[in-house]
Amino acid sequence: MIKLKITLEQIESLDKRMEKHSEKPGPLMPTLHDAQKIIGCIPNEIQELISNKLKVPIAKINGVVTFYAQFSLVPKGKNVVGVCLGTACYVKGAQAILDKVGSTLKIKSGETSEDGEFTLEATRCIGACGLAPVMSINEEVYGKLNVSKTIEALKEHEGVTLND
Amino acid sequence: MIKNKVDLLNKYEIDKVRMLNRSGEVLTGKKEVLVCAGTGCMSSKSIKLIENLESAIKDHGLDIEVHGTGCFGFCEKGPIVKVMPDDTFYSEVKLDDALKIVESHLVNGEVYRKKLYVNPLTKKQVETTNEIPFYNKQVRIALSNCGFINAESIDEYIGTTGYQGLAVALEMEPQAVIDVIKESGLRGRGGGGFPTGLKWQFAANNKVETKYILCNADEGDPGAFMDRSILEGDPHSIVEAMIIGAYAIGASHGYVYVRAEYPTAVQRLQIAIEKARELGLLGKNILDSGFDYDMEIRLGAGAFVCGEETALIASIEGERGMPRTKPPFPANKGLWDAPTIINNVETYAVIPEIMKRGSDWFNKIGTPKSSGTKVFALGGKVKNTGLIEVPMGITLREIIYDIGGGMDKGRKFKAVLTGGPSGGCLTEAHLDEPVDFDRLKELGSMMGSGGMIVLDDKNCMVDIAKFYMDFMVEESCGKCTPCREGTIQMWNILNNITSGKAKLKDLDLLKSLAITTLNTSLCGLGQTAPNPVLSTLDYFKDEYLNHIEHNKCDASVCKDLINKYVITDKCTGCTICARNCPTKCIKGERKEMHVINNEDCILCGDCFARCPFDAIKTR
Repeated sequence: MIKLKITLEQIESLDKRMEKHSEKPGPLMPTLHDAQKIIGCIPNEIQELISNKLKVPIAKINGVVTFYAQFSLVPKGKNVVGVCLGTACYVKGAQAILDKVGSTLKIKSGETSEDGEFTLEATRCIGACGLAPVMSINEEVYGKLNVSKTIEALKEHEGVTLND
Repeated sequence: MIKNKVDLLNKYEIDKVRMLNRSGEVLTGKKEVLVCAGTGCMSSKSIKLIENLESAIKDHGLDIEVHGTGCFGFCEKGPIVKVMPDDTFYSEVKLDDALKIVESHLVNGEVYRKKLYVNPLTKKQVETTNEIPFYNKQVRIALSNCGFINAESIDEYIGTTGYQGLAVALEMEPQAVIDVIKESGLRGRGGGGFPTGLKWQFAANNKVETKYILCNADEGDPGAFMDRSILEGDPHSIVEAMIIGAYAIGASHGYVYVRAEYPTAVQRLQIAIEKARELGLLGKNILDSGFDYDMEIRLGAGAFVCGEETALIASIEGERGMPRTKPPFPANKGLWDAPTIINNVETYAVIPEIMKRGSDWFNKIGTPKSSGTKVFALGGKVKNTGLIEVPMGITLREIIYDIGGGMDKGRKFKAVLTGGPSGGCLTEAHLDEPVDFDRLKELGSMMGSGGMIVLDDKNCMVDIAKFYMDFMVEESCGKCTPCREGTIQMWNILNNITSGKAKLKDLDLLKSLAITTLNTSLCGLGQTAPNPVLSTLDYFKDEYLNHIEHNKCDASVCKDLINKYVITDKCTGCTICARNCPTKCIKGERKEMHVINNEDCILCGDCFARCPFDAIKTR
C-alpha cells in the first residue's frame, strides 16, 4: 500500500477551487474532480473537508465518490497502465493483452503493485478504436498491439522496470 | 468584437479567402500542411510530427503554415498529413518522413510518393483524398470541418461560414427556428432517434423564465468515438448549435457534459467557448438580437449510465448519476427542476448547416423517415477502420465492403454489431438492408450512437454477448432491481455456457430473464441491456447449442472449452506464430511444419488469431 501524504499546499489549493465552485450551482462534481487531481485520491479526511466547506452531508459525498469510476479512495501507483477493453479492442484480442500485462506486473485489473509502481486498469474505450487493440501507460497510447508488442511497450516506457 | 451580423459577414470576408484557398476553390498560390491532431493520430505521435514539419519548413526558409486539425477519419492509416490545396494525401507518416515531405513536395514541388496511400483493390498509389474509396461514398455534414480546420481557431470556423447559421436563426422568431428543425426531420443521434424539433417544442411550450440546454457528450458506447472527434475537430459547431437551440426554446444557460476521459476534447471545447465569448458570440445581446446566453463544461466521471438524460442531469446537480422516473420528462422538469433540453453532440453538429441551407436540403438526404447522415465508428475486422459519415439508407454492404474495404486478412464475415452494449448483431443475410433508425430496430438491433464493429469467424457470439453483459453488470447503477439483478444473473448463465457448465434448459431461463429485464427496468440502460443476448440467441442459436451440447466453441475463443492448440499440416512454416509466441513454446524451421509444446503453452490464443493459413486448431 502506498502511504498518502497530503500537504498544506494541496489543501489550500483545493480550498481556493471550492470557493470558486461555490459561486455556481452544483459545485460537488467539479470539486471532486479537483480533489482527485490535486491529491490523487479522495480519502475520508478530504471528504470531510469538502463536506464542511460545501455544507453537503459526508454520507452523500461518500456516495458520490464511490459511484463514479474516476474517483478513488486510495492513491494510484506511479505508473498507470490502462488496457482498453472497449468493443473494438476486445474483438481484436484485448483480453489476452490484459492477461499478459497482469501476469507480467503480477497484479490484477484494478490493483496497485505492492511497491506502488504500477496500477493496472481495464479501461473502457479511449477512442483510438482505429488502432485497436490499444493500451496506455500514463498519458502515452500504444496502438495495434499484440501480446509480444505489449511487453516491448512496457519495457521501453521510461521509468518502467520489469523483473521477469 | 462581433456586435452584429454585418460584423460577422465582414469578418467572414477576411477569413474566407484562406479557407477557400485551402479547399482549392480559389487559388492564392499559398500552400498549407494539415496534420491530423485527433486522438488516434496523436497516439501515433502526430503532435511531434507537426513540430518536425514546422522546423523543416523553417530550415528551408519557406512561408508555409502547418495546422493540427481534427480527425480525418481514416484512423487505420494514421498519422495522416495532407498538403493543401493540392489535396495530396499522405498516410502512415513517420516522424522522419516530415523532412522528406517538405523537401520533395514543398521545396521541389514533387509528390513524395513513398507515403502515398495505396488502393488495395487496384494496388495503385493514389494522390488525392477524392480517389480513396474510403472517402468516396461518404457524405460529410457533421464531420465537414473535421480534418479541414484548426479546431482551436475561431477565425477558420468563421471563414467556413461559421456562426452564419446562428445569424439566420436570430433573425427568425424562436418558433420559426423550431419549425425548421421539425421540417428537417432531424432525429436524435444519441441512439433513440427522437425527433429533435418536437423535443424543442415541448420545452418551448413551457412558459417559465429559467430553462436549460444541455449537450450530451458522455459518449459511453465502448467502440464509438464520433462525439469525441466532433468536439476535437469542430467544437464551434456545438457552441453555435447550442446558442441556436437556446434561442429557440428560450434558455439562457447551457452545459456540455463531457466524459473526463476525453481531455483533448474538453480542452478544445473550452478554448472554443472562451473565444466565442471574447468575440461576443456568447454573453449579452448576441449579434444585436437582444438574446443573452452563456455556457460551460461539466465533466463526467466514468459512469456509462450518465449517458441517460435524467442520470446526466443528476450528475450535473452533484448527485450519484442515477436515472429518474419519466414522466416528468426533462423538457418539462429537468435540471434543477427547470425545463431542459438534452441533445447529443452529433445532433447539434448538423444544426448550423440546417439553418444555413434550409430544412428541404437536409430532408432530401437519407430516407423519408431518417433524414440526413449518420456518423459511424467503423471498427473490428474490416480493412479500413475509422470514422465515417454516410447518408441514412446506405446498406451495410456498402459500409463494410466499399468504405471499409472488406474483411481484414481475407477472413469470413460473421456479424456486425451496432448500437454497442444496447444494440445487437446483424448477419450476412442483412448486409443489403438499409441502415436507418427504424429498420435496424425491426431487425433486433438499433442505431445507437454509431459504433459499428465487424466480426469475423474467429469471434464467438456467446463470448460477445457475455462481454457486453459484463459491461452492463459493471455499469448498472443499481437503482432498480430488474437491471441490477437481471444483468448479473444473465451474466452467470452466459459464463456457465462459455465454460461448459450450462444445461440446455438454461437457454430458456436466459431468454425469459432477458425479456423480463427488458420490460421492467427503469431506464434505457436496463431496457436495452438484454439486446445483445436476444439478438445473438436469434441469429446464432447454433453457437449456443454447440457450447452447451458439445462443449465446443466454434471460434475457439472460450478458453475453458479449449484443452490445447495443435498445428495441422496446413502450416507453411511462415514462422509468424513462433516469432510472436509470448512463451516461445512454438518450435520449427522456416518453411517447415511447426509444433506447439503444450506444456509451456498458456493458451493465450495469439498464434490462433495470427495464423494466416488457418493451420492452428483447438482440441
